Amino acid sequence: MAILIDKNTRLITIGITGKQGTFHTKGSEAYGTKVVGGVTPGKGGTVHEGWPVFNTVKEAVKTTEANAAMVFVPPPFAADAILECIEAKLPIIICITEGIPILDMVKVKDALSRNPEVRLIGPNCPGVITPGQCKIGIMPGHIHLPGRVGIISRSGTLTYEAVGQLTARGIGQSTCVGIGGDPVNGTNFIDVLDMFNRDPDTDAVIMIGEIGGSAETDAARWIKKNMKKPVVGFIAGAAAPKGKRMGHAGALISGEDDTAAAKFKVLEECGIAVAKSPADLGKTLESVLKK
Amino acid sequence: MNVHEYQAKELMRKFGIKVLNGAVAKTVDEAVKGAEKLGGKVWVVKAQIHAGGRGKAGGVKLAKSLDEVKTYASQILHSTLVTHQTGPEGKKVNTLLIEEGCNIAKEFYLGIVLDRNTSKVTFMASREGGVEIEEVAHKNPDAIVKVAVEPGAGYQPYIGRILSNALGLDAAQSKEADAFYKGLYKLYVESDCSIAEINPLVLTGDNQMIALDAKLNFDENALFRHPDIAAYRDLTEESAKEVEASKYGLSYIELDGNIGCLVNGAGLAMSTLDIIKLHGGNAANFLDVGGGATKEAVEQAFRIILSDPNVKAILVNIFGGIMKCDIIAEGVIAAAKAVSLKVPLVVRLEGTNVELGKKILSESGLAITAANDLGDAAVKVVAAAKGA
Repeated sequence: MAILIDKNTRLITIGITGKQGTFHTKGSEAYGTKVVGGVTPGKGGTVHEGWPVFNTVKEAVKTTEANAAMVFVPPPFAADAILECIEAKLPIIICITEGIPILDMVKVKDALSRNPEVRLIGPNCPGVITPGQCKIGIMPGHIHLPGRVGIISRSGTLTYEAVGQLTARGIGQSTCVGIGGDPVNGTNFIDVLDMFNRDPDTDAVIMIGEIGGSAETDAARWIKKNMKKPVVGFIAGAAAPKGKRMGHAGALISGEDDTAAAKFKVLEECGIAVAKSPADLGKTLESVLKK
Repeated sequence: MNVHEYQAKELMRKFGIKVLNGAVAKTVDEAVKGAEKLGGKVWVVKAQIHAGGRGKAGGVKLAKSLDEVKTYASQILHSTLVTHQTGPEGKKVNTLLIEEGCNIAKEFYLGIVLDRNTSKVTFMASREGGVEIEEVAHKNPDAIVKVAVEPGAGYQPYIGRILSNALGLDAAQSKEADAFYKGLYKLYVESDCSIAEINPLVLTGDNQMIALDAKLNFDENALFRHPDIAAYRDLTEESAKEVEASKYGLSYIELDGNIGCLVNGAGLAMSTLDIIKLHGGNAANFLDVGGGATKEAVEQAFRIILSDPNVKAILVNIFGGIMKCDIIAEGVIAAAKAVSLKVPLVVRLEGTNVELGKKILSESGLAITAANDLGDAAVKVVAAAKGA
């Protein structure tokens, strides 16, 4: 089961003939993902590394019966590629690209609101992995262990950190979802929490947030009201200065409410087991499982 | 990306937003000549820096004669202004804007931002103009009216009606204000702004509306399609090290501690600062080498970290995904040798090819302290920085 992707997922890569697209599609396939083809405009009809290439997403979906797309298109053209995937009604679109203009994402978000059957993960994210079944993205597959803990995160390497700590303790993961570090993204914490809440194969969740915005506090309030499973929370950026963009476009403290301290406080008030140190993610999760 | 007030006003003028006539000056002489050319009896001498709060810091002065223009221009130009947005080090004034005077009857706030909660471009307006909107939001949030623009529909007349009603404008004033709403929205979406602010938007004694101050911020990810705006970039307003780092694809931010950090990924880089603080230390910088850093980029990262004389120890924290630990290890060794590293170096490697990476480090003959995990790394580097 798990969420979003599993062994039945059929993947196409948008931008499959590019260097990054090729490399990570190979990585996903090597992990066991069913890669059924890809799209590069102008290269339709050719075969790239054994995968059929199509000119349009529509054509690729029709021919391959793909039900998920991984987008590896450079930032100036990425929103256009996502919109094309939405037009083709692909149920899962995972966009890895970093640096998409924010007003382009506003258009994408608007299109998504009119296509509720389509889900976009990212952009600016490591992707999604259901250990042992399917990997769509750039994360190192070998650090994962199949199991029953879900992970949601705005950050890539910090997700790996959480996974590494769990795997080292012999605790496996159901699905790990990187929602991305941009201020406008396709899927937020609450969307994924809701999926984990309903997933019979997930027992507990680690939620990794950052400074900037109110996504984490909104999620915390949702958890208090709806979540039936224990949640461990961490917020990166306690030592970050105000007004400085910390790498991610969305990681910027603009007021008193979006500092790490303020977010930690709301998380605690909402009954989330807070890991104050990023080194304690695995330990904290282990302790809530024992309860 | 930030721009100066005079640049923001140049753009606003192009979009039909009324601003005062002004002259840009880089010398006192230019300031006086500019004022003379503008004519009139009153001028405002305004420091051009990338920070708000200039008035309170003495960077905006009303001059009632050309002599006063000269006096104020000499005082402000090349001085260092310290405002609540500049940090204690302040910002040096390299440019002045000399503007004609204006008779203010009322001051309003008008701004456009992207609301992260709704993912929509959103107008904000308030009758409390001339003060910071954050302050109004904190003390009297009801004084701010917000109107989100539907992305498909764009600007529509009803938006203007809501804004003018909230500002308490009469029919004639509303008609004039419409040009500001429409123009600012068009400027925002066509130029890929991230913030567009007119604060204050003033109503003059003779019932005219004018953008007295202008603040524009642009989405750096969209500058590729706006070469004219990219040309407004003023590197003297930015940290030289941050600019240098960005040339190598490194995201670097200088901080005031003494532990240099080299990390891959923004989230892990932030958490590294956090965990150092939790163990009683203070990071000297945030540095994200990104996902595909080369040996050269790692070497440059070391150079930039070490150019900060406060650095007493360095922590390299890598969770290798795409990035293989053996490649990072080789990069670290090459860099340590190239810069003849003298401060203690703690390295924590995890992920792809970690065993090989650790082996390369231990056989390098360099005095590198290996750390087993994130917590261990923090403890060791904090101790190293205190010992030095």
